[in-house]
Amino acid sequence: MRTVTLSHGGGGKAMKDLIDAVFVAAFDNPLLAALDDQARVPMSLLARYGDRLAFTTDSFVVDPLEFPGGDIGKLGVCGTVNDLAVGGAIPLYLSCAVIIEEGLPIDLLHRIARSMAAAAREAGVQVVTGDTKVVPRGACDRLFLTTTGIGVIRTGVELGAHRVQPGDAVLVNGVLGDHGSAILAARGDLALEAPIESDCAALHVLIDSLLRASPGTRFIRDATRGGVATVLNEIALAANCGIELDERAVPLREAVKGFCEILGLDPLYLANEGRLVAIVPAAEADRALAAMRAHPLGAGACRIGHVTDRRPRLVVMHTVLGGQRIVDMLVGDQLPRIC
Amino acid sequence: MKYVDEFRDRDKAAVLVREITRLADAIGTRRPLQIMEVCGGHTHAIFRYGIEGMLPEQIELVHGPGCPVCVLPMGRIDDCIAIASQPGVILTTFGDAMRVPGSRGSLLQAKANGADIRMVYSPTDALTIARRHPDREVVFFALGFETTMPSTALTVMEAERDGVGNFSVFCNHITIVPTIKAILDSPDLRIEGFLGPGHVSMVIGTAPYEFVARHYRKPMVVSGFEPLDVLQSVWMVLRQIADGRAEVENQYARVVATGGNAAALRAISAVYELREFFEWRGLGSIDYSGVRLRDAYARFDAERRFAVPGARIADPLSCQCGEVLKGVLKPHQCKVFGTACTPETPVGALMVSSEGACAAYYRYAAKAA
Repeated sequence: MRTVTLSHGGGGKAMKDLIDAVFVAAFDNPLLAALDDQARVPMSLLARYGDRLAFTTDSFVVDPLEFPGGDIGKLGVCGTVNDLAVGGAIPLYLSCAVIIEEGLPIDLLHRIARSMAAAAREAGVQVVTGDTKVVPRGACDRLFLTTTGIGVIRTGVELGAHRVQPGDAVLVNGVLGDHGSAILAARGDLALEAPIESDCAALHVLIDSLLRASPGTRFIRDATRGGVATVLNEIALAANCGIELDERAVPLREAVKGFCEILGLDPLYLANEGRLVAIVPAAEADRALAAMRAHPLGAGACRIGHVTDRRPRLVVMHTVLGGQRIVDMLVGDQLPRIC
Repeated sequence: MKYVDEFRDRDKAAVLVREITRLADAIGTRRPLQIMEVCGGHTHAIFRYGIEGMLPEQIELVHGPGCPVCVLPMGRIDDCIAIASQPGVILTTFGDAMRVPGSRGSLLQAKANGADIRMVYSPTDALTIARRHPDREVVFFALGFETTMPSTALTVMEAERDGVGNFSVFCNHITIVPTIKAILDSPDLRIEGFLGPGHVSMVIGTAPYEFVARHYRKPMVVSGFEPLDVLQSVWMVLRQIADGRAEVENQYARVVATGGNAAALRAISAVYELREFFEWRGLGSIDYSGVRLRDAYARFDAERRFAVPGARIADPLSCQCGEVLKGVLKPHQCKVFGTACTPETPVGALMVSSEGACAAYYRYAAKAA
């Protein structure tokens, strides 16, 4: 089995060959193929899409590197595309910087690069610049990926938590907690087999239809680390509003429910990689839901709650039993309970 | 989900709440009736489903000492970190013990400082790690009431049978009955009835609680963990009070047999013996409330295998967890609540775990203010 060695990070021929064979071949576009120190994009081209640049960066250290429903490469592309799209931007260009631990099989690197390329093609973005470093064993965990993205925000689109108002509807685009459950199960140390795939997906097309159907949309965020509970707490704080959820309306896959029951986890805090929270004016909620449901990534869209002026800065769940509880921000990671 | 949703039915809950209110009105006390749920699993269900707010004002739930993670004293955490920090040791632990503070930090911090600490879901996972790493010393941080005692015991027996020489257990198992007795003996107690711990009772049966009814004249209802179980158990306690009865009743009969689980009890008595006393965070030292490994299993006992400081670290004087645990004080009436003691920097047991009464009150009060 051929593996990456420190000589692949040395800046010499071995490195050039690796970059050519793995990344340039997979991403295959003229901006990258020039192999200059930077990709050059004409301003006039950007200006065609809108009037503001959106710029974001994200690092990925997921374990395992490949999991049901995706891998670190697809995750990087989708995550960065989503971070642009939730701000109302049209995603255009990505960078790809990898830190590789010596000993990583080159086949695995190929698979990850091809998966990134496929995700980028599907999302209509180009990976136009990158960097490769190789570090000694133990200095990183197999492969870390950083992706930076550039997009352009359409003229007139203005999203922000400060625009959220009492009465607004809280929507999600489908079942929650799939990614977090899939990753936990794929690590294998739970001895639990769960037929759950990551929801990892690029959401910009879905967001585009949502914004067309509900031009008054206040705010959108992808519910990644910390899950929907964390996003809603951030919104409640930023908007100085309360948020009330109906537990019966929170969409969950049966397998995820069972997974969480057994491990004592709360699915509201599990990570998602293809799920968003949208706050829209109540009057536009039905149209927004219909638009999302018309798209495959929004087929399970539903309204899970509303914004209120009662109990500002607090997220309150109306439980399935008929009681109420506070849905708080976690101090750290969610840890499984023994009792 | 089958066998789950049935126990979370909103309409049935409403009926139970109505009946509970009717009984409470009939009993008619001037101050709220205090009912203690002994087990942390019940506390979790009560907060998770918002049960407290559904009950009438006349009922006050007191969240008891039954979260085995919360009641671990600082000295034991320090000992655990001392073991984990020895060269060659892999310390294995249940996840929720990671954040419990000792006098010099938690296991999570010890891990960040380089100790090899791994989260497991059962003691057999720890034994598997020991088999995989014969050159390392693998220690399992054993904790919990009678619920988790049998699985630790069976794992120690398996290690003995298979001659796994590099496996040992840092035993912090505790036993519920002396603790209930300690609470009942406190002079300022106002608790009128108990929800008994369902999973502990699955192991030990219901007979060990008879003294609560007979000697202390308090109703005890062994309860399941679904929200309707908890509501029905509260209703059963009230019915006893209304009838002037004090009995041990079993609401959780679908799981708990009167005599407990014979195989589990055999494993417990084969492997453990009672300690003369054991220190509890918030409650102090309680006689015969903890167990250690018997001499026959001495070589699997991490306390005998490693140099353990064994220092007794008293709870901070300012901490009033004991009074809160007994229902004498409400969390916000404690002197350090929300000032020195917060979920990020807990001083007392009840602020440690998200299930602790203080942590739950803190979240509500701090944000609602």
